[in-house]
Amino acid sequence: MSLFTEVPQAAPVAVFKLTADFREDKHPSKVNLGVGAYRTDECQPWVLPVVRKVEQLIANDHGLNHEYLPILGLPEFRASASKIALGEDSPAINENRVGGVQSLGGTGALRIGAEFLRRWYNGKNNTATPIYVSAPTWENHNAVFSDAGFTDVRPYRYWDAEKRGLALAGFLEDLENAPEYSVFLLHACAHNPTGTDPTPDEWKQIAEIMERKKLFAFFDSAYQGFASGDLQKDAWAVRYFVSKGFELFCAQSFSKNFGLYNERVGNLTVVAKDSDNASRILSQMEKIVRTIWSNPPSQGARIVATTLTTPELFAEWKDNVKTMADRVLLMRSQLKAKLQALGTPGTWEHITQQIGMFSFTGLNPNQVGYLIKEKHVYLMASGRINMCGLTTKNLDYVAESIHETVTKIQ
Amino acid sequence: MAALSSFADTPTAQPSEEDRLSLAFLKDRSTEKALLWCTEYLNEEGHGSLLPMTRKVMLQIYSDPTLTLDYLPTLGLPEFTRSATELALGRDSPAIRENRAGGVQTLGGTGAIRLGAELLQRWYNVGGARCGPVYLSSPSGGSVAATLQGAGISDIRSYRYWDPDKKGFSVAPLLEDLEVAPEQSVIVLYASAHCPTGAEPSQSDWKQIAEVMMRRRLFPFFLLPSQGLCWGDPAQDAWSLRYFVSLGFELLCAQSFSTNFGLYSDRVGSLLLVLKHSSLLLAVQSQAASVVHTLWSRPPGGGARLVTMVLNNPALLAEWKEGLRVMVERGMLIREKLKERLRMLGIPEFWDHVTQQRGLYCCTGLTEEQVQFLVMTCHVYLPASGCVNVTAISGRTLDHVAESIYLAVTSDLQEYRH
Repeated sequence: MSLFTEVPQAAPVAVFKLTADFREDKHPSKVNLGVGAYRTDECQPWVLPVVRKVEQLIANDHGLNHEYLPILGLPEFRASASKIALGEDSPAINENRVGGVQSLGGTGALRIGAEFLRRWYNGKNNTATPIYVSAPTWENHNAVFSDAGFTDVRPYRYWDAEKRGLALAGFLEDLENAPEYSVFLLHACAHNPTGTDPTPDEWKQIAEIMERKKLFAFFDSAYQGFASGDLQKDAWAVRYFVSKGFELFCAQSFSKNFGLYNERVGNLTVVAKDSDNASRILSQMEKIVRTIWSNPPSQGARIVATTLTTPELFAEWKDNVKTMADRVLLMRSQLKAKLQALGTPGTWEHITQQIGMFSFTGLNPNQVGYLIKEKHVYLMASGRINMCGLTTKNLDYVAESIHETVTKIQ
Repeated sequence: MAALSSFADTPTAQPSEEDRLSLAFLKDRSTEKALLWCTEYLNEEGHGSLLPMTRKVMLQIYSDPTLTLDYLPTLGLPEFTRSATELALGRDSPAIRENRAGGVQTLGGTGAIRLGAELLQRWYNVGGARCGPVYLSSPSGGSVAATLQGAGISDIRSYRYWDPDKKGFSVAPLLEDLEVAPEQSVIVLYASAHCPTGAEPSQSDWKQIAEVMMRRRLFPFFLLPSQGLCWGDPAQDAWSLRYFVSLGFELLCAQSFSTNFGLYSDRVGSLLLVLKHSSLLLAVQSQAASVVHTLWSRPPGGGARLVTMVLNNPALLAEWKEGLRVMVERGMLIREKLKERLRMLGIPEFWDHVTQQRGLYCCTGLTEEQVQFLVMTCHVYLPASGCVNVTAISGRTLDHVAESIYLAVTSDLQEYRH
């Protein structure tokens, strides 16, 4: 008699199931627009040339060992990662009130931040503090915060399906009506899944309300550099909030912009009011880390730290990032052009207006179902496509498939 | 912007005993000082030992032009978890043949303990009574309790393990404690190389432990932190685990590859699940994936690749096993030398326990006052439990350590009594 008899099979994560179904599909023209990683025009994974270079440097460096990193991670990594988010000359860094916690990718950074907030924010162990996530948001956001113990994870309006853009009025209203001290999870750039970001002016409006209503800003920054090709531009929102004096967290991932997916490189940047607050916060985060992964893996952090702190390598990396961003931009403009040339019903401006890896096509669930089943083009039920799944070879087929779908299915 | 921080009331976390010791040791200006606590296997130079093959295999892995850095599956590299499971249970284990044993790749041993704890907390006996207490040995390794608490397990108790009179493991008090533990309690057991004492149950002790646990329906959560570094033979180090599996127990086992592969900063571990049926294994693994999804999402690739390569390549495997033997021999030699030095200094008691214990750790049997004396007067740093990592004693520090222990045992420590 097993004590685990009642354990049910967990529901599969939608995007993993999509990939599994894609793999099973034998159709010669199949296209995977649900893939979660960058692909080249040959539809292959891409290890950044600068990463290969640094991997060799590390593997041949006999001065390096495999001893435990400090609990909070590799110091050079934490410092350079926070610097890339906040800027070389960030006042917060100069005032010594920034700290970093090396984490297991963006997910790990979010989890550490969430675990800390649950214990120490808005009272002690206040699990009832509302956590606001955008509607829609990355499917894992909700679960990370509820597994950290928060009982009230709610949506804030974000995507306007009708106008295919930001639901600004709704967003601002939800901010106004949020209980004081609520936590708002903000996408720093390249919103997942909509690809729609607030403009600088809109961010200013968001920040104004958040300051007035004492709302806590928790940024998720998974695409810095990858979104526009410009590191500074993609960090504008975070830096603006810092300039306004906010305390904030920023969960950074280097999975996409360094292509280091399986090395699990992330950093939780903590911007505090002063250095005393920063060190107390970090000391508590250290305790939390000790009970999850104890200390983080070194390989990815070394690659990032070496790259960010060596001028030639840094230049090469920016170039590699631009290569990826440019390919995505090209696919966007070509997809839009092809749909317009085909006369596909509807407007397709949003494809080039949106930014980053993802596009919210606006296709409804029936249309999505048709695309998958009849045309073997795989995308999320929400209509989200990953631009990296498009290539010059499959663009025509995808455009034609979308055209057929939209004309046949309403 | 408000002047007051949202975190004004967040206190500074108390440093762990381990951190306090390290800090005090670093600050100590004495030329004759020693830090005797560490969780790595240290070489003569006091650094975490790198296995001879590690550099060349890592170079091979990272020079492979076909290597991609795509995400690993949530449950980890399948070849790695298969190899880790076979290493723990033996390739011909019936549990493996029956498809009811499998692993989940984790962030070292801590990640495996955390994952196991989360599974127990959420799913153990979900249809019946809530998960009851979890029992740890007394004393227990540093962060195990905190890791369990991190998963929401609050009822943590201890069973007697170290016998201060015998200066070793005693089975009778442990069995007594198991007899009165509530049914279905979880019992955390070191399969071998107990941390922090180095004291081991004998095979006949294990048989008695298993009998009580079977009868009282107690759930084993094994820890296998350094397989191969206890007896120098991975199979022997897993004897207790395999014995329990042969009796039909369901169990969890947190495996770490930090110490036995010298891959500390690579964070390689596996949570072994042994269930009654393969369908149960699949269900529990799917729940493990849900837990992993919000903890670290996917595990890291490099270290797991190295371990997989070594375990599946006969030449590398032989080299690894030889490396383990060398490490164990060195550990035993340090123990012998320490005992011999103490004997020659004329220490009044027998110190046989030092050479009877195995693995990295040694419980000296020193009292708290004697430990205080060592720390405050002799610049020898060790935790209050009196347990040390024998590899932290180098040729250079051996004499000073031995002399300090001798002084601690023979001096009048009136002033150190509370």
